[in-house]
Amino acid sequence: MSGEALLKVENLRLDLVVGGRRFGAVKDVSFSIGRGETFGLVGESGCGKSITALALIGLLRAPLAFGGGRILFKGREIQNLPDSEMRKLRGNAISMIFQEPMTALNPLSPVGRQIAEMFVLHKGATWHEAERKAVEALANVRVPAPDRRVKDYPHQLSGGMRQRVMIAIALACRPDLLLADEPTTALDVTVQAEILELIRDLSAAQGTAVLMISHDLGLIANMCARVGVMYAGRLVEERAAQEVFRAPSHPYTGGLVASLPLLGARASHGRSRLKEITGVVPAVTAFPEGCRFNPRCQARTEICIAEDPEETALPRGGRVRCHHHA
Amino acid sequence: MPETDQMILRVEDLAVHFPLGGGLLGGKRRTVHAVDGVDLHLRKGECLGLVGESGCGKSTLALSILGLQAPTRGRVLLDGVDIAAPGVDRKARARIVQMVFQDPYSSLNPRQTVRRTLEDPLRLHGITDKSEVDGRIEEMLRHVGLRPEQAARYPHEFSGGQRQRIGIARALILKPKIVVLDEPVSALDVSIRAQIINLLLELKETMELSYIMISHDLGVVEHMSDRVAVMYLGRIVETGGWHSIFTAPRHPYTRALIAAIPDPFGERPGVKISGELPNPLEPPSGCRFHPRCPEVRDICRKPPTPPLGEIAREHEVRCLRAAELA
Amino acid sequence: MKFRANLVIGGALFATVVVAGALAPFLAHTDPVMDANLMNAEVAPGSEFWFGTDAQGRDIYSRVLYGARISLTVGIVSQLINTVIGVCLGLSAAYWGGWWDDFVSGLTNLMLAIPSLIFALAIMAILTPGLTSLLIALGLTNWSYTCRLSRASALSLKGQGYVQAAKVLGYGDIRIMLTQILPNILGPIIVIGTLGMGGAVLAEASLSFLGLGIRPPFPSWGSMLSDARDQITTAPWISIFPGLAIFMTVLGLNLLGDGLRDILDPQSRARTA
Repeated sequence: MSGEALLKVENLRLDLVVGGRRFGAVKDVSFSIGRGETFGLVGESGCGKSITALALIGLLRAPLAFGGGRILFKGREIQNLPDSEMRKLRGNAISMIFQEPMTALNPLSPVGRQIAEMFVLHKGATWHEAERKAVEALANVRVPAPDRRVKDYPHQLSGGMRQRVMIAIALACRPDLLLADEPTTALDVTVQAEILELIRDLSAAQGTAVLMISHDLGLIANMCARVGVMYAGRLVEERAAQEVFRAPSHPYTGGLVASLPLLGARASHGRSRLKEITGVVPAVTAFPEGCRFNPRCQARTEICIAEDPEETALPRGGRVRCHHHA
Repeated sequence: MPETDQMILRVEDLAVHFPLGGGLLGGKRRTVHAVDGVDLHLRKGECLGLVGESGCGKSTLALSILGLQAPTRGRVLLDGVDIAAPGVDRKARARIVQMVFQDPYSSLNPRQTVRRTLEDPLRLHGITDKSEVDGRIEEMLRHVGLRPEQAARYPHEFSGGQRQRIGIARALILKPKIVVLDEPVSALDVSIRAQIINLLLELKETMELSYIMISHDLGVVEHMSDRVAVMYLGRIVETGGWHSIFTAPRHPYTRALIAAIPDPFGERPGVKISGELPNPLEPPSGCRFHPRCPEVRDICRKPPTPPLGEIAREHEVRCLRAAELA
Repeated sequence: MKFRANLVIGGALFATVVVAGALAPFLAHTDPVMDANLMNAEVAPGSEFWFGTDAQGRDIYSRVLYGARISLTVGIVSQLINTVIGVCLGLSAAYWGGWWDDFVSGLTNLMLAIPSLIFALAIMAILTPGLTSLLIALGLTNWSYTCRLSRASALSLKGQGYVQAAKVLGYGDIRIMLTQILPNILGPIIVIGTLGMGGAVLAEASLSFLGLGIRPPFPSWGSMLSDARDQITTAPWISIFPGLAIFMTVLGLNLLGDGLRDILDPQSRARTA
């Protein structure tokens, strides 16, 4: 992390509006990302990680609504920017790649043109110039024979190649921040490994900061320096990535780490019954009172039901939101 | 092969070919060799893990074993009877082989209560006595960790994990001997997976089941399997006990699969492979993995395809350089 | 539950027609066929003859009430035949695929290319005019939309896990179609069936108007309109009231179909959920 943060999210609140009632889908979430840093958000479905990313890029849509807090990008508040201003940032200074590249690409336009569009739109390039740059951009994401591939339509490419095109589009304007929402979930493991390496190499080369979002704790820990763990709309723990695995502080993180059948665990320790986290992931409309993890928590006491825990700084760095943290 | 008496299922030279093109409007008629000569066996009480990237044929192989896909060639022998042959009674096969599906949302009929989902198969198979039906359903629900009174509910009233329990109950209600598990936990929330993995392992003991498990999550495969078969482009490239596959993989593809899993501690060494699955319509000559293989030599490119060779007891590898790569 | 205007208005209109038809013997003032009285010919609507009388002096109010019976019978029965044919063909084509699917799809396209009214006309020209012939003619010519819809819906459900699971559990093909697929595609089929009923009522009126449907003196709205052609300027009530009855019934059925779609269509349900 270098000096001033590139992105600072302060007490972000995002609401799900159902029949006039507002449910706190994301509540009091704060984190910051330094220039060139890779930060991970990990959590299960409905924990609020993806809508946090959408809020950062100004793409929240009904029934979701901004509920409060501040988003500072390069020191400037962007949470209330008009759409016209946000559009200048989007794809240019902040860009995003999605889980399913097929739905994010225009099926009727050759991929080269879709990449070139970014240069025309944000950098004022001529189409001729932009098409040439598109070939470079494809070469950059290690697509073989890029001069021929630019003429291909999305359906002619494999899932991995499509995701490379998405990355080429996202990184075309050398953004300061790349949001990657489950970028490899739809891909096979060997292709996933290549895509992750590509994101890692390119962001390092361009000095792009990355917000990596995934349900896969192992992937996040592998890719990121720091990790934020989300549960039911709250950031419950924020630590150096490997600390999360070695010495989890929040009972949810601890439970999750213990419940994963990690590769190599059986070979080194033998097979033991996996530790289960009991209960179910709550729906946004039914988040429990007090600590939102309390119905599933082994360490629960009276205070966990009565009071929402505050964020506590951990002595060895990081933060946790738990009354009884380790 | 040893211990033939314990053998419950034997797949012999199974092949499934799909014709493509041709037809009225012409075009060259071509064939996809989805499964191309697979030999497998399953022992009583064993869990066989089937791994490989999408398109490797593992799902087609499973469908053939279930009788949902007619094989082009080969046999699926159960107690000496070929259950994949045309004309085999669907009901007779149903009492032997069952399946647990990946997606707990689309695998339950939204218009049927849990009770009907479990009752219909029993009645179809001649169990019509009211008290016996009730008893079997109640017992089954308890087995999978649901309360008997929940039988009156519809699928949408359950969470993903509970739905998967219902799917497991449906697969086991006819007391089959073999259950095909198709990615049984990959669609579930991370904090729920341990519950289902533990349940499946318990049921394997209590109901004396044998599993064939398809999964791309190698952590889950290592935890649950007794033996593992690795498939690539329709063929088995390595098979052996879980310990040898995970601690001493010999085929470069198996090594690459394991190396591709992101290690949270960033310590796992290993070869990365590049490129993607070749077009299955034009499989590479010689060893089908050679275009992506980090250990490729000239002999690997020449036909014929290397045979599956035994390198240790119960450990077979389809690689010309298996001995050198030890 | 939201107030759904189309469902309520459509339902009310349709219910009115059903009640009128069902209670016709009690509500009618005269016998619709027998009570011709040339002394009362072409009497304008008034206190004695609510809707006036026709050229033969028959009470139009009574004839419109009895006409509802014929229109509803034709609408409901012919549409039931269409639905059964369409669902059977569409469902089985989607499930079995192969040559059967090619055949059914070809037949459906053929049916869609022939205007169904012309086709029904041809059938009626062969058969002797009458209610049974009308039911056959309209019941055999309007199943193509239902067939297409069932095929498309069934096709999207065929790959669902629970259909696969039923196969693995040993269910026969017919049982899978009836217990696993049909209940899940019923919603849109009911909607298109209701809309088709409106179409059948119109088709009956058209055929009868052309003299190929219900034969005089039996009161069908279409044949009543046909009879009224010559007096349309001199005694407009003779055509206005049967016309209004057709209009009300078809509008009611269409609104009802739209309302049912809002409730039964899973996509619109997801939007309001």
